[in-house]
Order: sequence, then C-alpha cells, then structure tokens
Amino acid sequence: MKQGKLFYYIPYGLWIALFVIAPVVLIVYQSFFNIAGHFTLSNYATYFHSGVYLKMTFNSVWYAFLITAITLLISYPTAYLLNQLKHKQLWLLLIILPTWINLLLKTYAFIGLLSRSGSVDSFLTFIGIGPKQLLFTDASFLFVATYIEIPFMILPIYNAIAELSPSYVNASRDLGASGWQTFSRVIFPLTLDGVKSGVQSVFIPSLSLFMITRLIGGNRVITLGTAIEQHFLVTQNWGMGSTIGVILIVAMVITMLLTGERKEKGRTRHAK
Amino acid sequence: MQSKLSGWSKAYLIIVFIILYAPILFLVMYSFSKGNTMSNFHGFTFAHYQTLFHDPRLIQIVLDTLIVALLSSLFATIIGTAGALGVYETRHRAIRQTVLSLNNILMVSPDVIIGASFLIFFTMLGLRLGFISVLLSHIAFSIPIVVLLVLPRLNEMNASMIDAAADLGANPWQTLTRVILPAIMPGIFSGFFMAVTYSLDDFAVTFFVTGNGFSTLSVEIYSRARQGVDLEINALSTLWFLVSLLLIAGYYFLEQYNQGRKTKNRQQVEAVIK
Repeated sequence: MKQGKLFYYIPYGLWIALFVIAPVVLIVYQSFFNIAGHFTLSNYATYFHSGVYLKMTFNSVWYAFLITAITLLISYPTAYLLNQLKHKQLWLLLIILPTWINLLLKTYAFIGLLSRSGSVDSFLTFIGIGPKQLLFTDASFLFVATYIEIPFMILPIYNAIAELSPSYVNASRDLGASGWQTFSRVIFPLTLDGVKSGVQSVFIPSLSLFMITRLIGGNRVITLGTAIEQHFLVTQNWGMGSTIGVILIVAMVITMLLTGERKEKGRTRHAK
Repeated sequence: MQSKLSGWSKAYLIIVFIILYAPILFLVMYSFSKGNTMSNFHGFTFAHYQTLFHDPRLIQIVLDTLIVALLSSLFATIIGTAGALGVYETRHRAIRQTVLSLNNILMVSPDVIIGASFLIFFTMLGLRLGFISVLLSHIAFSIPIVVLLVLPRLNEMNASMIDAAADLGANPWQTLTRVILPAIMPGIFSGFFMAVTYSLDDFAVTFFVTGNGFSTLSVEIYSRARQGVDLEINALSTLWFLVSLLLIAGYYFLEQYNQGRKTKNRQQVEAVIK
C-alpha cells in the first residue's frame, strides 16, 4: 500500500506544489519588487504612507461589510421560512439554481435592467418618479452584489436551521419565552455557526469583486480586487498589485479567524 | 414551530424568489424581442438566434469554452481522485490535516488572487498566455472540489473489501479498478459535474491568464457588455440557461439515484443480517 500512496501523490503533490504553494510564494515574492524590477520595500511603504491605498482599503472593507450585512438581513428570514415549507429541499434547490448561471450573464441582465431607458427606469418614469441615473451608482453596485451573494448566505444558514432540533424551540415556548426571546436566546445562538460560514463566504468575495465594480458601479467604488486587476492588467505594476494581493490575503485570513470554526475546536476538546 | 406560514411570510418568500429570478427571465424574454435594447418589448422574433448562429467568432468561443470545461474537468477529476486516494491512505493525522488544508487554499482564495498569482507563475515559466494557460488554471482550481467530493465516498466505503480483494489474490491495480473505483464512482461523477460548472462559471481567473488570442464566453461577454446591450447576448444567455438547467437536472437525478442506491444497499444488508 505504501507504493500506492506514493503513486497517488505524484500528480496531486505536483499540483499542490505548483498551483497552491508556488503561486502564494510568488505573489509574496513579487510584492518586494518595484516596477523596474529592483528588490525594495517601497511598495509596502507606499501602501501604508500614501493615504490613497489605505482609504481604498477602508472603502473596500466598508462596502464588503454593507454587502454582507444586507445579504444577512435578507437571507436569515428566507432560510428560516424555507425550513417551514413542505418540499423544502426543492425550494432550496430553486434558491441555489441562479448560482449555476454564469455571473457575467446575471450582471449583463442588470445592465439592461438599470441602464438609461431600461425597464426599471421606464417603470420609475411611469409611476411618476421620473427618469433617474441608476447604473453606475453606489446603490446599484450594492444591489447587484447583494443579489449575487444571497444564495451563498442562505445555504449555510438553511443547513444550520435544518439541524436545529425543534424541541429546543418548543421547550423555550413552553417555558414562557416570547417569540423574540426564543429567537434571540435560542434559535439565533444555535444557528450562529451557519451565519458565520455564510459571512465568510460572502465577505471575502465582496472584498475582491472587480467585474461588478466596473460594469455596474462604473468604477465609483474601488475594491481591493479592482485595484489588483488595475495594477496587473492596466498599469502593469505587478509589484504594487502583489502588495495589495498580500493585504487581501491577510484580510482573508483575519476574516477566517474571526468567523472561524469553533466547531472544530469543540470536537478536538471532546476527543481529549 | 407553526406549520402554516402567515401571509406576510409567504409574501416575503415570493418577493425573494421574484428578485432572484426576474433578471434571468428578463434576459430570456428580451432574447425574443424585435428591438435592439432591453426595454419595451417590440414583438416576437427569432432574429437574435439567427444572428447568433451566423456568428462564427462567437460559436468558436462557445466551443472553446466547452472544450476547456470538459478537458479541464477530466484532468481535474483524475488528479483529484488520485489525491483523494492518497489522502485516504495517509494514516498520519497531522500530514492528512496539512494536505487537506493545502487542498482547501484554492477553495477559499478570492479569484483575483488566484488569477494574479497564476499570471506571475506562468510568466515566470515563460509560458505563452492562451489556451494552455487557461486550461492549466481551470484544472488547478477544479481539483480541490473533486477531492472534497470523492473523499467522503472513500471514507464510507467498507475497508474490509480492500483486504478481501488482497486476500483473494488481487494485485493493487486490480483492487483499484475492480473494487475501489466502482465503489466511489458516484463521488467521481459529482466531482466531474462540479468541475464543469466551476469552469463554465469562471470569469476572474480566466480574465487574468488569457492572452489576446484566446477567449472564453465569460471574458467575451465582459468585453461586449462594456460596449452596451446586444440582444445576441440575450439569445446566448437563454441557451446557456437551458444548458445549466440540464446540467442541474442531471446532477440532481444522479444524487437522487445515489441516495436511492445507498438506502437500497442498506436495506439489503439489513435483510441479510436479519
């Protein structure tokens, strides 16, 4: 069996070395080079000293926070209500279905919907609000980003609620808790793990969105993702792009630690 | 919990579903409109589908996208299955955990980071950007999901079957192809399906590693969308939507079938025990 193991690890290990470890090492390595190809710490110095980059990072985090918060507010009730339905697996499948449609196509649909003389605009004119600039605004960016992320938030929360034993809820009611108390003291704490993994799977992609910021947000919102894309593909300053990439990786690790798997720790504690 | 939903709850769910599906239905609807913009339906026509089928460039891109999706999924499935087998046979707990953590890095990394780091990697290797770089990237980011879908099947498999095969004189290759692979086939199929969807859905990574000559559908739609609305894209969306539906239906029935087979097997085993 020892030989078999080695045999399996040849292609897979090669993949880990070449496409997992090497790229991470390379992006860190590249972040220490300036545009002329000299080894330097200036990228990091620029990042931390010029207000532009810090402001952009703050903005990006703020928008990712808004997207995550709005998504959570919409998704939690949806996940809860879905669990009360009869054919809940089928309804859940219908929630996931839109995620299988290419992201670009969905974004493209919104360009049509929100553009000048688009359908939403015509509707607003019809009900008397009058034509409004909808595309290329912060609101449209938030709306479309939320739209894209909603299923990814609903799914883990749905699973957490599905696992919740109804007897806890019944016990809480029997002991005289009000509806709100049952929710805030029993249901929400017990489904917190689902919320955390939902937040994790929405917040990190929201930090790195770059296509929606351009097509829908009209580059009014610059996320970390947009900045990386600009540095790599437009200004060709790979060093600075990599530096922002490293910042994004750090932000990702922090997010994962904050929303981390308490469950895992609990399990090892049990094992001991 | 109350079994019946109140009117407000129902209304809320209906609104969520309408918001989720409106943009997609909107795209499909306007693919049949006679006008040139996505406002005011101008009457029914198939004209945009005709334009689509007479656009050799776009058809070439669709074919390229499908080739990349199928080829990358095939390689990813092979390497991912080998990886799952390797992890399965690794008994050392710390090594196993490390390998799994490394496996999951690409699952959680933002697309932009994957794209940018692969771009640096390919450039350092001196690889020309194009079909090969896109294919390699798609293989790379599809492997972890295959591992994650195959591994549970391996863990569910009755390990004494492997010992039995060895006792009965099967060599390792025979054990693999006659015992292990048939047992984990459903996981391998699910892995392949997911890899196909990952590949078809990807925009960001491809955008970074594709050169001037090669394009996938996502990248093409991106560059066209920047120029404004073109109902040919709507026609393409509709077809794409149908293909997605077929894929999902296929995946769903595969899962149902597997579930059914599992419970059936269990019932048989229970019947034998009784």
